[in-house]
Amino acid sequence: MNSTITIQAVYTSLEQVMDPEIPVLNVLELGMITDVIMEEEYLLIKMIPTFAACPAVEVIKTNIRTTLEKDLQIPVKVSVDKEVQWNSNRLTAIAKEKLQNFGIAAPQKHEGDVEIDMIMHTNCPHCGSENTYLRSPFGSTLCRAIHFCKHCGMMFEQFKPLS
Amino acid sequence: MLLNQLIKELITKMGDDELILGHRNSEWTGLGPVMEEDIAFSSMAQDKIGHSWALYRILHEELGGEDPDQFAFMRSEKDFKCCHLTEMPIGSYDFSLMRHFLFDHAETVRYNSMLQSSFLPLQQLARKVRGELKYHTLHADAWIMQLCRAGEESYLKMQTALDNCFQLACGIFEAGPDDKQLAAENVYPGEEALYEQWIEAIYPVLVKASLNMPERKQPVYGGRYGKHTAYLQPLLNEMGEVFRLNPEATW
Ligand SMILES: [Zn+2]
Repeated sequence: MNSTITIQAVYTSLEQVMDPEIPVLNVLELGMITDVIMEEEYLLIKMIPTFAACPAVEVIKTNIRTTLEKDLQIPVKVSVDKEVQWNSNRLTAIAKEKLQNFGIAAPQKHEGDVEIDMIMHTNCPHCGSENTYLRSPFGSTLCRAIHFCKHCGMMFEQFKPLS
Repeated sequence: MLLNQLIKELITKMGDDELILGHRNSEWTGLGPVMEEDIAFSSMAQDKIGHSWALYRILHEELGGEDPDQFAFMRSEKDFKCCHLTEMPIGSYDFSLMRHFLFDHAETVRYNSMLQSSFLPLQQLARKVRGELKYHTLHADAWIMQLCRAGEESYLKMQTALDNCFQLACGIFEAGPDDKQLAAENVYPGEEALYEQWIEAIYPVLVKASLNMPERKQPVYGGRYGKHTAYLQPLLNEMGEVFRLNPEATW
């Protein structure tokens, strides 16, 4: 294995791999990467999908591999880590801020279980009001819910909390 | 019988339920009564088909089963182990909503019972899907409540839908010949135990919605033993059509 490649370089490269559904967030900010291992012959990246049926998983895996191979010039393998299950607390603080700026409400932090009351009043990403209601737990992608803000009269989406 | 064979049968019926109901739910695309419901049924279809794939992959990777695509599309009707509830055409929105309510609560108690399963791949999958399923039951409960409180006509439609679905839904819990062994080995607690937990989960919602829960008088059995309604074969034909044209195509 090429010993001149540092873990830092791997992470810098991973920062360039964006989520196809929310293009302002990279795979690290989403908390999708669970391990980086330098094997004898290749670099192994372990990752986890956000939602079990997420249709973008294969695309993300391919993007991780091609981006890293191009940046680092070494063979890369990407595997799904079955021992870790993604939950929305894995989103970084920066990711939540970027989501808000993108017009999507961030998931509330949960204590291992998502209580329904928690998502009933989600702060509006446009005006910040709490005077909102859940319109549907299903939005334009599996990870989003639709809310309505009574204060500014706008519909908005939320990256929903997941335990 | 070998434990692995029993686990295979358990996973097959779970996967088949999800695959068939997922395809039924997807038939609502473009037909939902409101835009949100269109999206909701499409999302839930996507989840269910995703779960069936995860289950078929466990069969393939851990239990020596065939390729998931082959398994999903190339089996004959009698080799499917889905319950009749999942096979029924989408019918009216009331019927589909009630089926979704009854099935998704059943699915939730089933996966919850596997959070401690001795069969690790099922335990891992259960941990993965439990959070997602919460949104499915949240959706179902909210719509049941709303429609039951939207006037006499709407309420009566929901009661009729419940009466039409209930015996079919009891068929989800058709006991397998080896449930005892699966329970003894801590794979899952068996169908009768799940049935009890399911009643406990749906009863409070039905009470709040003022719906009368029917009794389990004639549960619709047969699906787990490969006996199906006339609705299954045409659906399988449709699902398999593209695949059969070019079985080597990669998805
Ligand atoms: Zn607002």
